[in-house]
Amino acid sequence: MTGATSQHLLSVADLGTDGIAEVLRVAEAFAEVERRSVPKVPTLRGKVVATLFFEESTRTRLSFETAAKRLSADVLSLAVASSSVKKGESLRDTVETVEAMGIDAVIIRHSSSGAPHQVARWVERARVINAGDGWHEHPTQALLDCFTVRQVLAERKGVAPQELGIDCFDGLRVLIVGDVRHSRVARSEVLAYTALGAQVTLAAPGSLLPPSLEGWPVEVAGDFDAALGDADVVSLLRLQAERGSGSYVPSLREYTARWGLTARRVERLADHAIVTHPGPMLRGVEIASDVADMPRTVVTQQVSNGVAVRMAILFLLLGGELPGVGEVPAVA
Amino acid sequence: MWGRCPPLPEATLVIRGGTVVGPEGTARLDVAVAGDRVLALAESVDPPSGATVLDASGCLVGPGLVDLHTHLRQPGREEAETVESGARAAALGGYTALVAMPNTEPPIDSAGVAREVLVLGQGCLAEVAVAGAITVGRAGVALAPMGELADLGVTLFTDDGAGVQDGALMRRALDYAKGLGVTLAQHCEDAALAGGGAMHEGSWSGRLGIPGMPAAAEEAMVARDIALARLTGAPVHFLHLSTAGSVDLVRRAKAEGLAVTAEAAPHHMLLTHALCAGYDPVFKVNPPLRTDEDVAAVVAGLCDGTIDAVATDHAPHAPEAKDLPFDQAPPGMLGLQTALLVAWEVLSPQLGAARVFALMSAQPAAIARLTATDARPAGHSAHGGPVEAGATANLCVFDPAATTVVEAGRLASRSRNTPYAGRTFQGAVRHTVLRGEPVVIDATAQR
Repeated sequence: MTGATSQHLLSVADLGTDGIAEVLRVAEAFAEVERRSVPKVPTLRGKVVATLFFEESTRTRLSFETAAKRLSADVLSLAVASSSVKKGESLRDTVETVEAMGIDAVIIRHSSSGAPHQVARWVERARVINAGDGWHEHPTQALLDCFTVRQVLAERKGVAPQELGIDCFDGLRVLIVGDVRHSRVARSEVLAYTALGAQVTLAAPGSLLPPSLEGWPVEVAGDFDAALGDADVVSLLRLQAERGSGSYVPSLREYTARWGLTARRVERLADHAIVTHPGPMLRGVEIASDVADMPRTVVTQQVSNGVAVRMAILFLLLGGELPGVGEVPAVA
Repeated sequence: MWGRCPPLPEATLVIRGGTVVGPEGTARLDVAVAGDRVLALAESVDPPSGATVLDASGCLVGPGLVDLHTHLRQPGREEAETVESGARAAALGGYTALVAMPNTEPPIDSAGVAREVLVLGQGCLAEVAVAGAITVGRAGVALAPMGELADLGVTLFTDDGAGVQDGALMRRALDYAKGLGVTLAQHCEDAALAGGGAMHEGSWSGRLGIPGMPAAAEEAMVARDIALARLTGAPVHFLHLSTAGSVDLVRRAKAEGLAVTAEAAPHHMLLTHALCAGYDPVFKVNPPLRTDEDVAAVVAGLCDGTIDAVATDHAPHAPEAKDLPFDQAPPGMLGLQTALLVAWEVLSPQLGAARVFALMSAQPAAIARLTATDARPAGHSAHGGPVEAGATANLCVFDPAATTVVEAGRLASRSRNTPYAGRTFQGAVRHTVLRGEPVVIDATAQR
């Protein structure tokens, strides 16, 4: 995205380490904007962004639309259920129709892996942002997870997150737990955390791991309980029943017993360990309700940070010149 | 021995300056044709006045190619291909005969549909044979009327597009086929194991988040059908082998002496699953593009005789169908106009011209029972060579010194889903002669 050739955010890999660091830096500036009494800047005034969500979403869509509005962009929201998609209009025609209305950015969620890549080939000038595609990637989720982890680490040290740079990720032990096979969050997190220097370990029943991990810079935990004790960050994934994940394990009960972060199992965590979850959480399945509400579980912080991170993405893709920290335009 | 031959006033067509590809090797010879037959081969033939002369300087003159595996889409999907447009693409690719797969809408599971396709094929630029379905509606439940179809000259049966999942039904089909003198051809894919996958299951599918089809889904059915060939004694032809394991299974079955044959598609000789990285459905095909090791094994199988034929699996799809998201787009690639180019690039350095033509003409013609010694009850002419006096003049003239740039929009197919768009290949199909008629001259269809 920040490279000379990338105009879109389709994968975390489009950013590279420097790009991720830049997103975190700019997001920090926008987080500051959010704390103002009028949390709105004119940065993207006159720009139009469209959200095209072909799959359900609560937080991602609201988060993107809030981010765009705080940057003063106009937001068009295609409600697929009441659109011509229901009349059989193809994805390509839908995208070309939307672009013909003078859209500057298309934020797309789709149940098919790679749909944003295809959309990026079809648009002429609009930027394409992947808001989650099939099992493939959910780049902004991974970025806000990294942002949140750094924020927590900074708070504990009593310093500003920006002072930590990305050094705080060096050697950080991240344990991703659960349905990696069907998880776009896991794929983006692996790319983001490892680009920042963290060590990523996966913990899942064999049937919920991808069929091949060739080329993945990760380890697979042999013993989940032991791996929990070693983790600095535990990223829990939702068991994706709507993608048929239920049949990959004998029962939810057995899954919870062996792979859930239960009240008993959370005792194994180091005191400093942070628990993240992309939401929506299935309380009582991958995470016990009490654990979800513990201070170490940063789910609501993740949601709040989502807006600042998505403001940064929109700004970097649509705003032209990159500002230094503190150079973000003030309230109009 | 050949020398300058006496005047041949009855010659209607003379192909001058080429090198004739025979079963054992090549020889610099002119070819004289009279009517639909090869009249004579000689170092130099003086064309009589009125005869058509084709320049073949620097070219190879071989038997017309035979494709065991073409999807013509008619009836049912005429927006993607018709018998006429598919046969035109075939002729431009050097083919003089093709076998139309039965997964049309309706499928070729009755004499009526078979007859329709055969009639549509008459007068086309390549001869059209048909394969019949093994089961009614290709549904894998009840046997199709194979006897009735065999009476029309159908010699190959397959539910291609899917494998016959029920082992007992496949066994029964093989037992039944034995009495008819036909061959059953299997699309090897265990549907449950393939599980709705859209590409090869492996390192790329994991990274791309695309549901994969494991190699084991193909190999499990290859292994089952080898066991059934052993059990029944009936011949089995394996369609489009794509994995190293499949090639190895067939190699061992042949060593055992079982009556099995196999084909491989050009794309499985050249392309790998890494091409799916951009999520372009033009690279979605079934069986899927696999690994470098699988590609090497397929090529090795073609070189050592395990695989008998190069077959295109030409599978046209209209542009709107291929513009869908990867997991929703239908699998399939065009192949007829690029098959010889791919085979030439991949195989000729190791095998030479004679064996490349054997893999694309004589051997597939034998599997489809279209050679001079077969009965050919549907009225097809003899294909597969050799190019000799008295043979039917079905010929392919290939120029290995020329180059071909593949332009999707300029292919004869009604569809454009070639995986080779923009690619330059060494070699070019120059002329195609069908029953003595030059249907393609200088890479241009003549009618």
